[in-house]
Amino acid sequence: MVSFFSMVWSSVGKKIMTGLTGVGLCLFIIGHLAGNFSLLVSAEAFNLYTYKLFSLGGLLYVIEALLTLAFVLHAIVGISIYLKKRKARPIDYIKVANAGGNSHKSISSVSMIWTGLILLVFLVLHLKTFKFGPYYETSINGIIMRDLYRLVIEVYQQPSYVISYTVIMILLGVHLRHGFWSAFQSLGVNHPRYSPVIYGFGIFFALVMAAGFILIPIWIYFTKQ
Amino acid sequence: MARGIMEKKNMTLHLRVWRQKNASAKGKMVDYTVNDVSQDMSFLELLDVLNENLIKKGEDPVEFDNDCREGICGMCSMVINGIAHGPEKGTATCQLHMRKFKDGDTITVEPWRGTAFPPIKDLVVDRSAFDQIMAAGGYTSCRVGAAADANAILVPKDMAEKAMDAAACIGCGACVAACPNGSASLFVAAKVTQFAFLPQGHAERKQRVLNMVHKMDELGFGDCSNHGECEAVCPKEISIKHIAVMRREYFKAAIS
Repeated sequence: MVSFFSMVWSSVGKKIMTGLTGVGLCLFIIGHLAGNFSLLVSAEAFNLYTYKLFSLGGLLYVIEALLTLAFVLHAIVGISIYLKKRKARPIDYIKVANAGGNSHKSISSVSMIWTGLILLVFLVLHLKTFKFGPYYETSINGIIMRDLYRLVIEVYQQPSYVISYTVIMILLGVHLRHGFWSAFQSLGVNHPRYSPVIYGFGIFFALVMAAGFILIPIWIYFTKQ
Repeated sequence: MARGIMEKKNMTLHLRVWRQKNASAKGKMVDYTVNDVSQDMSFLELLDVLNENLIKKGEDPVEFDNDCREGICGMCSMVINGIAHGPEKGTATCQLHMRKFKDGDTITVEPWRGTAFPPIKDLVVDRSAFDQIMAAGGYTSCRVGAAADANAILVPKDMAEKAMDAAACIGCGACVAACPNGSASLFVAAKVTQFAFLPQGHAERKQRVLNMVHKMDELGFGDCSNHGECEAVCPKEISIKHIAVMRREYFKAAIS
Protein backbone atom coordinates (compact mmCIF):
# COMPACT_ATOMS: atom_id res chain seq x y z
CA MET A 1 0.00 0.00 0.00
CA VAL A 2 1.15 3.52 -0.79
CA SER A 3 2.04 5.50 2.33
CA PHE A 4 0.28 8.75 3.19
CA PHE A 5 3.52 10.73 3.02
CA SER A 6 4.44 9.47 -0.44
CA MET A 7 0.98 10.51 -1.67
CA VAL A 8 1.19 13.97 -0.11
CA TRP A 9 4.72 14.46 -1.46
CA SER A 10 4.00 13.07 -4.95
CA SER A 11 3.90 15.49 -7.89
CA VAL A 12 0.08 15.50 -7.70
CA GLY A 13 0.01 15.71 -3.90
CA LYS A 14 2.26 18.77 -4.03
CA LYS A 15 -0.05 20.46 -6.52
CA ILE A 16 -3.08 19.79 -4.33
CA MET A 17 -1.21 21.27 -1.34
CA THR A 18 -0.13 24.32 -3.34
CA GLY A 19 -3.67 24.78 -4.62
CA LEU A 20 -5.36 24.42 -1.22
CA THR A 21 -2.91 26.70 0.59
CA GLY A 22 -3.05 29.12 -2.37
CA VAL A 23 -6.84 29.38 -2.13
CA GLY A 24 -6.50 29.92 1.64
CA LEU A 25 -3.92 32.66 1.14
CA CYS A 26 -6.12 34.33 -1.51
CA LEU A 27 -8.98 34.43 1.00
CA PHE A 28 -6.57 35.87 3.57
CA ILE A 29 -5.46 38.73 1.34
CA ILE A 30 -9.07 39.54 0.44
CA GLY A 31 -9.82 39.84 4.17
CA HIS A 32 -6.60 41.78 4.78
CA LEU A 33 -7.37 44.30 2.03
CA ALA A 34 -10.98 44.71 3.16
CA GLY A 35 -9.72 45.42 6.70
CA ASN A 36 -7.08 47.84 5.42
CA PHE A 37 -9.76 49.93 3.75
CA SER A 38 -10.91 51.02 7.21
CA LEU A 39 -7.68 53.09 7.22
CA LEU A 40 -9.35 55.29 4.62
CA VAL A 41 -12.38 55.83 6.86
CA SER A 42 -10.88 57.13 10.12
CA ALA A 43 -8.38 56.42 12.87
CA GLU A 44 -11.22 55.13 15.08
CA ALA A 45 -12.55 52.81 12.38
CA PHE A 46 -9.14 51.20 11.86
CA ASN A 47 -8.25 50.96 15.54
CA LEU A 48 -11.66 49.50 16.41
CA TYR A 49 -11.27 46.97 13.60
CA THR A 50 -7.84 45.86 14.88
CA TYR A 51 -9.16 45.87 18.45
CA LYS A 52 -11.98 43.52 17.43
CA LEU A 53 -9.46 41.25 15.69
CA PHE A 54 -7.30 41.10 18.85
CA SER A 55 -10.41 40.46 20.97
CA LEU A 56 -10.96 37.19 19.11
CA GLY A 57 -8.45 35.75 21.57
CA GLY A 58 -8.06 31.99 21.12
CA LEU A 59 -9.77 32.02 17.75
CA LEU A 60 -7.20 34.53 16.49
CA TYR A 61 -4.39 32.17 17.51
CA VAL A 62 -6.06 29.34 15.59
CA ILE A 63 -6.39 31.57 12.49
CA GLU A 64 -2.78 32.72 12.84
CA ALA A 65 -1.57 29.14 13.22
CA LEU A 66 -3.49 28.05 10.12
CA LEU A 67 -2.15 31.02 8.15
CA THR A 68 1.42 30.29 9.22
CA LEU A 69 0.95 26.66 8.21
CA ALA A 70 -0.47 27.73 4.83
CA PHE A 71 2.42 30.14 4.19
CA VAL A 72 5.07 27.65 5.26
CA LEU A 73 3.60 24.73 3.27
CA HIS A 74 3.05 26.91 0.21
CA ALA A 75 6.66 28.09 0.36
CA ILE A 76 8.18 24.66 1.05
CA VAL A 77 6.27 23.03 -1.81
CA GLY A 78 7.08 25.91 -4.16
CA ILE A 79 10.79 25.71 -3.37
CA SER A 80 10.73 21.92 -3.74
CA ILE A 81 9.06 22.21 -7.19
CA TYR A 82 11.77 24.67 -8.23
CA LEU A 83 14.60 22.44 -6.98
CA LYS A 84 13.11 19.41 -8.76
CA LYS A 85 12.84 21.41 -11.97
CA ARG A 86 16.58 22.18 -11.76
CA LYS A 87 17.29 18.47 -11.33
CA ALA A 88 14.89 17.46 -14.12
CA ARG A 89 16.56 19.74 -16.67
CA PRO A 90 20.16 20.45 -15.66
CA ILE A 91 21.12 21.44 -19.23
CA ASP A 92 18.82 24.09 -20.64
CA TYR A 93 17.97 24.69 -24.27
CA ILE A 94 20.28 26.97 -26.20
CA LYS A 95 17.29 28.59 -27.82
CA VAL A 96 14.22 29.07 -25.62
CA ALA A 97 10.95 30.20 -27.15
CA ASN A 98 7.30 30.29 -26.14
CA ALA A 99 4.94 28.07 -28.09
CA GLY A 100 2.06 30.55 -27.77
CA GLY A 101 -1.41 29.31 -28.69
CA ASN A 102 -3.14 27.67 -25.72
CA SER A 103 -0.10 27.99 -23.48
CA HIS A 104 -0.49 29.79 -20.15
CA LYS A 105 3.27 30.33 -19.86
CA SER A 106 3.96 33.97 -19.03
CA ILE A 107 6.39 36.19 -17.15
CA SER A 108 4.12 35.53 -14.21
CA SER A 109 4.22 31.72 -14.49
CA VAL A 110 8.00 31.46 -14.92
CA SER A 111 8.75 33.89 -12.09
CA MET A 112 6.55 32.26 -9.40
CA ILE A 113 9.57 31.09 -7.39
CA TRP A 114 11.16 34.57 -7.38
CA THR A 115 8.00 36.60 -6.71
CA GLY A 116 7.11 34.01 -4.06
CA LEU A 117 10.48 34.25 -2.29
CA ILE A 118 10.35 38.06 -2.32
CA LEU A 119 6.83 37.97 -0.86
CA LEU A 120 8.04 35.57 1.84
CA VAL A 121 10.84 37.95 2.89
CA PHE A 122 8.39 40.86 2.71
CA LEU A 123 5.94 38.98 4.96
CA VAL A 124 8.56 38.66 7.71
CA LEU A 125 9.55 42.35 7.47
CA HIS A 126 5.90 43.40 7.30
CA LEU A 127 5.09 41.55 10.53
CA LYS A 128 8.19 43.05 12.15
CA THR A 129 7.16 46.58 11.12
CA PHE A 130 3.54 46.40 12.23
CA LYS A 131 2.50 43.41 14.35
CA PHE A 132 5.76 43.40 16.32
CA GLY A 133 6.48 47.10 15.78
CA PRO A 134 6.25 50.03 18.27
CA TYR A 135 3.27 49.80 20.61
CA TYR A 136 1.26 53.03 20.85
CA GLU A 137 -1.88 53.29 22.91
CA THR A 138 -5.08 55.20 22.45
CA SER A 139 -8.47 55.32 24.08
CA ILE A 140 -11.76 55.07 22.23
CA ASN A 141 -14.96 55.40 24.29
CA GLY A 142 -12.92 54.74 27.42
CA ILE A 143 -11.39 51.52 26.10
CA ILE A 144 -7.59 51.45 26.05
CA MET A 145 -6.37 49.82 22.83
CA ARG A 146 -3.36 49.66 20.54
CA ASP A 147 -3.05 52.71 18.26
CA LEU A 148 -1.98 50.80 15.17
CA TYR A 149 -3.34 53.61 13.02
CA ARG A 150 -0.64 55.98 14.28
CA LEU A 151 2.09 53.46 13.44
CA VAL A 152 0.71 52.86 9.92
CA ILE A 153 0.54 56.59 9.24
CA GLU A 154 4.08 57.09 10.59
CA VAL A 155 5.52 54.30 8.46
CA TYR A 156 3.89 55.47 5.25
CA GLN A 157 5.12 59.03 5.71
CA GLN A 158 8.47 57.66 4.57
CA PRO A 159 8.89 57.55 0.78
CA SER A 160 11.22 54.51 1.00
CA TYR A 161 8.43 52.45 2.60
CA VAL A 162 5.81 53.65 0.12
CA ILE A 163 8.03 52.87 -2.89
CA SER A 164 9.21 49.43 -1.72
CA TYR A 165 5.68 48.48 -0.65
CA THR A 166 4.34 49.52 -4.07
CA VAL A 167 6.96 47.46 -5.91
CA ILE A 168 6.25 44.40 -3.76
CA MET A 169 2.50 44.70 -4.23
CA ILE A 170 3.08 44.79 -8.01
CA LEU A 171 5.00 41.54 -7.56
CA LEU A 172 2.04 40.18 -5.56
CA GLY A 173 -0.17 40.96 -8.56
CA VAL A 174 2.31 39.20 -10.87
CA HIS A 175 2.27 36.15 -8.54
CA LEU A 176 -1.53 36.08 -8.40
CA ARG A 177 -1.94 36.44 -12.16
CA HIS A 178 -0.67 32.87 -12.60
CA GLY A 179 -1.43 31.68 -9.08
CA PHE A 180 -5.18 32.26 -9.03
CA TRP A 181 -6.24 30.12 -11.99
CA SER A 182 -3.38 27.71 -11.34
CA ALA A 183 -4.82 26.88 -7.89
CA PHE A 184 -8.04 25.71 -9.56
CA GLN A 185 -6.15 23.63 -12.14
CA SER A 186 -4.06 22.14 -9.32
CA LEU A 187 -7.22 21.11 -7.50
CA GLY A 188 -8.57 19.42 -10.62
CA VAL A 189 -11.05 22.14 -11.60
CA ASN A 190 -10.92 22.47 -15.37
CA HIS A 191 -14.08 22.72 -17.41
CA PRO A 192 -14.59 24.23 -20.87
CA ARG A 193 -17.47 26.32 -19.53
CA TYR A 194 -15.80 27.70 -16.38
CA SER A 195 -12.05 27.63 -16.99
CA PRO A 196 -11.95 30.68 -19.30
CA VAL A 197 -13.97 32.57 -16.66
CA ILE A 198 -11.60 31.49 -13.87
CA TYR A 199 -8.59 32.45 -15.99
CA GLY A 200 -10.02 35.88 -16.84
CA PHE A 201 -11.13 36.48 -13.27
CA GLY A 202 -7.60 35.61 -12.10
CA ILE A 203 -6.21 38.56 -14.06
CA PHE A 204 -8.92 40.84 -12.66
CA PHE A 205 -8.28 39.53 -9.13
CA ALA A 206 -4.53 40.13 -9.44
CA LEU A 207 -5.10 43.69 -10.64
CA VAL A 208 -7.65 44.53 -7.94
CA MET A 209 -5.51 43.11 -5.13
CA ALA A 210 -2.33 44.87 -6.28
CA ALA A 211 -4.11 48.17 -6.94
CA GLY A 212 -6.06 47.98 -3.67
CA PHE A 213 -2.96 47.40 -1.52
CA ILE A 214 -0.98 50.08 -3.38
CA LEU A 215 -3.74 52.68 -3.08
CA ILE A 216 -3.61 52.82 0.74
CA PRO A 217 0.04 53.86 1.41
CA ILE A 218 -0.05 56.30 -1.52
CA TRP A 219 -3.24 57.83 -0.16
CA ILE A 220 -1.67 58.08 3.31
CA TYR A 221 1.52 59.62 1.92
CA PHE A 222 -0.28 62.33 -0.01
CA THR A 223 -3.07 63.17 2.47
CA LYS A 224 -1.54 62.70 5.91
CA GLN A 225 1.60 64.86 5.64
CA MET B 1 5.16 25.65 -70.30
CA ALA B 2 2.79 27.51 -67.95
CA ARG B 3 4.35 27.73 -64.50
CA GLY B 4 2.47 30.79 -63.26
CA ILE B 5 1.43 31.13 -59.64
CA MET B 6 2.28 27.55 -58.68
CA GLU B 7 5.98 28.23 -58.94
CA LYS B 8 7.73 27.85 -55.60
CA LYS B 9 11.21 29.11 -55.12
CA ASN B 10 13.70 26.77 -53.49
CA MET B 11 15.44 28.07 -50.38
CA THR B 12 18.84 28.16 -48.78
CA LEU B 13 18.66 27.45 -45.05
CA HIS B 14 21.24 27.64 -42.30
CA LEU B 15 20.98 25.00 -39.60
CA ARG B 16 22.49 25.05 -36.11
CA VAL B 17 22.29 21.44 -35.01
CA TRP B 18 23.18 19.84 -31.68
CA ARG B 19 25.91 17.26 -32.27
CA GLN B 20 26.86 14.82 -29.53
CA LYS B 21 28.90 11.68 -30.30
CA ASN B 22 27.46 9.54 -27.52
CA ALA B 23 25.73 9.63 -24.16
CA SER B 24 28.82 10.68 -22.22
CA ALA B 25 30.41 13.03 -24.80
CA LYS B 26 30.08 16.78 -24.49
CA GLY B 27 27.78 18.12 -27.20
CA LYS B 28 27.89 21.36 -29.14
CA MET B 29 25.99 23.27 -31.79
CA VAL B 30 27.38 22.85 -35.33
CA ASP B 31 26.44 25.12 -38.25
CA TYR B 32 25.44 23.73 -41.65
CA THR B 33 23.99 25.28 -44.78
CA VAL B 34 21.56 23.37 -47.00
CA ASN B 35 20.90 24.72 -50.51
CA ASP B 36 18.03 24.08 -52.86
CA VAL B 37 15.48 23.21 -50.16
CA SER B 38 12.00 22.66 -51.61
CA GLN B 39 9.12 24.29 -49.75
CA ASP B 40 7.22 21.01 -50.03
CA MET B 41 9.82 19.08 -48.05
CA SER B 42 9.11 18.00 -44.52
CA PHE B 43 11.60 18.95 -41.82
CA LEU B 44 12.83 15.37 -41.70
CA GLU B 45 13.43 15.44 -45.46
CA LEU B 46 15.53 18.54 -44.95
CA LEU B 47 17.63 16.57 -42.47
CA ASP B 48 17.79 13.70 -45.00
CA VAL B 49 19.26 16.11 -47.57
CA LEU B 50 21.71 17.46 -44.98
CA ASN B 51 22.77 13.89 -44.13
CA GLU B 52 23.25 12.95 -47.79
CA ASN B 53 25.55 15.94 -48.14
CA LEU B 54 27.43 14.98 -44.99
CA ILE B 55 27.84 11.34 -46.11
CA LYS B 56 29.13 12.49 -49.54
CA LYS B 57 31.74 14.55 -47.71
CA GLY B 58 32.67 11.55 -45.57
CA GLU B 59 31.28 13.10 -42.37
CA ASP B 60 29.10 11.51 -39.72
CA PRO B 61 25.38 12.09 -40.51
CA VAL B 62 23.10 13.73 -37.92
CA GLU B 63 21.33 11.01 -35.96
CA PHE B 64 17.60 11.60 -35.42
CA ASP B 65 14.63 9.41 -34.49
CA ASN B 66 11.90 8.86 -37.09
CA ASP B 67 9.61 6.13 -38.29
CA CYS B 68 6.15 6.56 -39.85
CA ARG B 69 6.65 10.13 -41.10
CA GLU B 70 2.89 10.62 -41.09
CA GLY B 71 2.40 12.03 -37.60
CA ILE B 72 1.18 8.93 -35.77
CA CYS B 73 4.20 7.04 -34.41
CA GLY B 74 5.63 9.70 -32.11
CA MET B 75 9.23 8.91 -32.96
CA CYS B 76 10.46 12.18 -34.45
CA SER B 77 11.53 14.39 -31.62
CA MET B 78 13.38 17.64 -31.88
CA VAL B 79 13.18 21.16 -30.57
CA ILE B 80 13.14 23.53 -33.54
CA ASN B 81 13.86 27.20 -32.84
CA GLY B 82 13.09 26.63 -29.16
CA ILE B 83 9.72 24.93 -29.74
CA ALA B 84 9.19 21.16 -29.52
CA HIS B 85 8.16 19.91 -33.01
CA GLY B 86 8.65 23.43 -34.39
CA PRO B 87 6.34 26.33 -35.16
CA GLU B 88 3.41 24.46 -36.77
CA LYS B 89 0.57 23.80 -34.28
CA GLY B 90 -0.77 20.29 -33.81
CA THR B 91 1.85 18.51 -35.90
CA ALA B 92 4.88 16.37 -35.25
CA THR B 93 8.24 17.31 -36.79
CA CYS B 94 7.64 14.92 -39.72
CA GLN B 95 4.63 16.97 -40.82
CA LEU B 96 6.26 20.33 -40.41
CA HIS B 97 6.86 21.61 -43.93
CA MET B 98 9.64 23.87 -45.05
CA ARG B 99 7.14 26.42 -46.38
CA LYS B 100 6.92 27.51 -42.73
CA PHE B 101 10.42 28.96 -43.11
CA LYS B 102 11.88 31.73 -45.26
CA ASP B 103 14.87 31.71 -47.57
CA GLY B 104 18.02 32.49 -45.60
CA ASP B 105 16.55 31.56 -42.18
CA THR B 106 18.81 30.16 -39.47
CA ILE B 107 17.10 27.26 -37.70
CA THR B 108 18.24 25.91 -34.33
CA VAL B 109 17.70 22.17 -33.83
CA GLU B 110 18.14 20.58 -30.41
CA PRO B 111 17.18 17.26 -28.82
CA TRP B 112 14.55 16.86 -26.06
CA ARG B 113 16.39 17.84 -22.88
CA GLY B 114 15.80 16.35 -19.47
CA THR B 115 17.22 13.98 -16.89
CA ALA B 116 14.51 11.42 -17.64
CA PHE B 117 15.35 11.54 -21.38
CA PRO B 118 19.13 10.99 -21.42
CA PRO B 119 20.92 11.65 -24.73
CA ILE B 120 22.02 8.76 -26.94
CA LYS B 121 23.49 10.54 -29.95
CA ASP B 122 22.91 13.93 -31.62
CA LEU B 123 19.13 14.46 -31.62
CA VAL B 124 18.27 10.98 -30.35
CA VAL B 125 17.34 10.60 -26.68
CA ASP B 126 16.31 7.58 -24.65
CA ARG B 127 12.56 7.83 -24.05
CA SER B 128 12.17 4.43 -22.41
CA ALA B 129 11.09 6.24 -19.23
CA PHE B 130 7.67 6.49 -20.93
CA ASP B 131 7.65 2.70 -21.40
CA GLN B 132 8.38 2.29 -17.69
CA ILE B 133 5.45 4.56 -16.83
CA MET B 134 3.19 2.50 -19.13
CA ALA B 135 4.43 -0.72 -17.55
CA ALA B 136 3.47 0.71 -14.15
CA GLY B 137 -0.23 0.87 -15.04
CA GLY B 138 -0.94 1.95 -18.62
CA TYR B 139 -2.91 -1.18 -19.48
CA THR B 140 -5.96 -3.17 -18.49
CA SER B 141 -5.40 -6.62 -17.04
CA CYS B 142 -7.18 -9.24 -19.11
CA ARG B 143 -7.05 -12.78 -17.76
CA VAL B 144 -9.75 -14.27 -19.97
CA GLY B 145 -9.54 -15.91 -23.38
CA ALA B 146 -10.16 -14.10 -26.62
CA ALA B 147 -10.97 -10.42 -26.98
CA ALA B 148 -14.58 -9.62 -26.12
CA ASP B 149 -17.08 -8.84 -28.85
CA ALA B 150 -16.84 -5.16 -29.80
CA ASN B 151 -20.40 -4.38 -28.74
CA ALA B 152 -20.51 -6.54 -25.60
CA ILE B 153 -19.57 -3.58 -23.39
CA LEU B 154 -21.58 -0.49 -24.19
CA VAL B 155 -19.72 2.81 -23.99
CA PRO B 156 -21.70 6.08 -24.04
CA LYS B 157 -20.69 8.16 -27.06
CA ASP B 158 -19.50 11.20 -25.08
CA MET B 159 -17.33 9.00 -22.87
CA ALA B 160 -15.89 7.25 -25.91
CA GLU B 161 -15.04 10.64 -27.40
CA LYS B 162 -13.45 11.91 -24.20
CA ALA B 163 -11.38 8.75 -23.92
CA MET B 164 -10.38 9.07 -27.57
CA ASP B 165 -9.24 12.68 -27.05
CA ALA B 166 -6.81 11.35 -24.45
CA ALA B 167 -5.91 8.21 -26.38
CA ALA B 168 -4.73 10.39 -29.28
CA CYS B 169 -1.43 10.72 -27.36
CA ILE B 170 1.39 9.24 -29.42
CA GLY B 171 3.91 9.33 -26.57
CA CYS B 172 6.41 11.51 -28.43
CA GLY B 173 7.57 13.32 -25.30
CA ALA B 174 7.13 16.86 -26.63
CA CYS B 175 5.17 17.72 -23.45
CA VAL B 176 8.23 16.90 -21.34
CA ALA B 177 10.57 18.69 -23.75
CA ALA B 178 8.47 21.86 -23.75
CA CYS B 179 7.70 21.93 -20.02
CA PRO B 180 9.92 24.48 -18.26
CA ASN B 181 9.99 21.99 -15.36
CA GLY B 182 10.53 18.84 -17.45
CA SER B 183 7.29 17.32 -16.17
CA ALA B 184 5.58 14.34 -17.84
CA SER B 185 2.17 15.29 -16.41
CA LEU B 186 0.40 15.64 -19.76
CA PHE B 187 1.58 12.23 -20.97
CA VAL B 188 0.62 10.47 -17.74
CA ALA B 189 -2.68 12.38 -17.58
CA ALA B 190 -3.58 11.33 -21.13
CA LYS B 191 -2.90 7.67 -20.35
CA VAL B 192 -4.73 7.76 -17.01
CA THR B 193 -7.75 9.55 -18.50
CA GLN B 194 -8.02 7.30 -21.53
CA PHE B 195 -8.62 4.31 -19.24
CA ALA B 196 -10.57 6.12 -16.53
CA PHE B 197 -13.31 7.13 -19.00
CA LEU B 198 -13.85 3.61 -20.31
CA PRO B 199 -15.63 0.74 -18.50
CA GLN B 200 -12.72 -1.58 -19.34
CA GLY B 201 -10.32 0.63 -17.41
CA HIS B 202 -12.63 1.26 -14.48
CA ALA B 203 -11.67 -1.73 -12.32
CA GLU B 204 -8.02 -0.74 -11.94
CA ARG B 205 -8.37 3.03 -12.12
CA LYS B 206 -7.29 3.76 -8.52
CA GLN B 207 -4.19 1.62 -8.52
CA ARG B 208 -3.35 2.79 -12.03
CA VAL B 209 -3.22 6.52 -11.27
CA LEU B 210 -1.20 6.02 -8.09
CA ASN B 211 1.30 3.70 -9.76
CA MET B 212 1.76 5.76 -12.92
CA VAL B 213 2.17 9.07 -11.07
CA HIS B 214 4.64 7.57 -8.60
CA LYS B 215 6.62 5.96 -11.42
CA MET B 216 6.78 9.33 -13.21
CA ASP B 217 8.10 10.99 -10.03
CA GLU B 218 10.64 8.25 -9.46
CA LEU B 219 12.08 8.54 -13.00
CA GLY B 220 13.28 12.12 -12.52
CA PHE B 221 10.60 14.10 -14.32
CA GLY B 222 9.89 17.51 -12.78
CA ASP B 223 6.69 18.68 -11.07
CA CYS B 224 3.98 20.50 -12.99
CA SER B 225 3.59 24.29 -12.57
CA ASN B 226 0.56 24.64 -14.88
CA HIS B 227 2.49 26.58 -17.53
CA GLY B 228 0.45 24.78 -20.20
CA GLU B 229 3.36 24.81 -22.69
CA CYS B 230 2.77 21.04 -23.10
CA GLU B 231 -0.69 21.52 -24.59
CA ALA B 232 0.59 24.19 -26.97
CA VAL B 233 3.28 21.91 -28.48
CA CYS B 234 1.38 18.59 -28.37
CA PRO B 235 1.09 17.25 -31.93
CA LYS B 236 -2.27 15.75 -30.92
CA GLU B 237 -3.35 18.95 -29.12
CA ILE B 238 -4.14 17.11 -25.89
CA SER B 239 -5.59 19.55 -23.39
CA ILE B 240 -4.27 20.17 -19.89
CA LYS B 241 -7.84 19.50 -18.73
CA HIS B 242 -6.65 15.88 -18.70
CA ILE B 243 -4.09 16.87 -16.06
CA ALA B 244 -6.98 18.18 -13.96
CA VAL B 245 -8.77 14.84 -14.49
CA MET B 246 -5.61 12.98 -13.39
CA ARG B 247 -5.48 15.09 -10.20
CA ARG B 248 -9.13 14.30 -9.42
CA GLU B 249 -8.49 10.61 -10.09
CA TYR B 250 -5.42 10.73 -7.86
CA PHE B 251 -7.30 12.46 -5.06
CA LYS B 252 -10.16 9.94 -5.24
CA ALA B 253 -7.66 7.07 -5.20
CA ALA B 254 -5.79 8.60 -2.27
CA ILE B 255 -8.83 8.99 -0.01
CA SER B 256 -10.46 5.64 -0.70
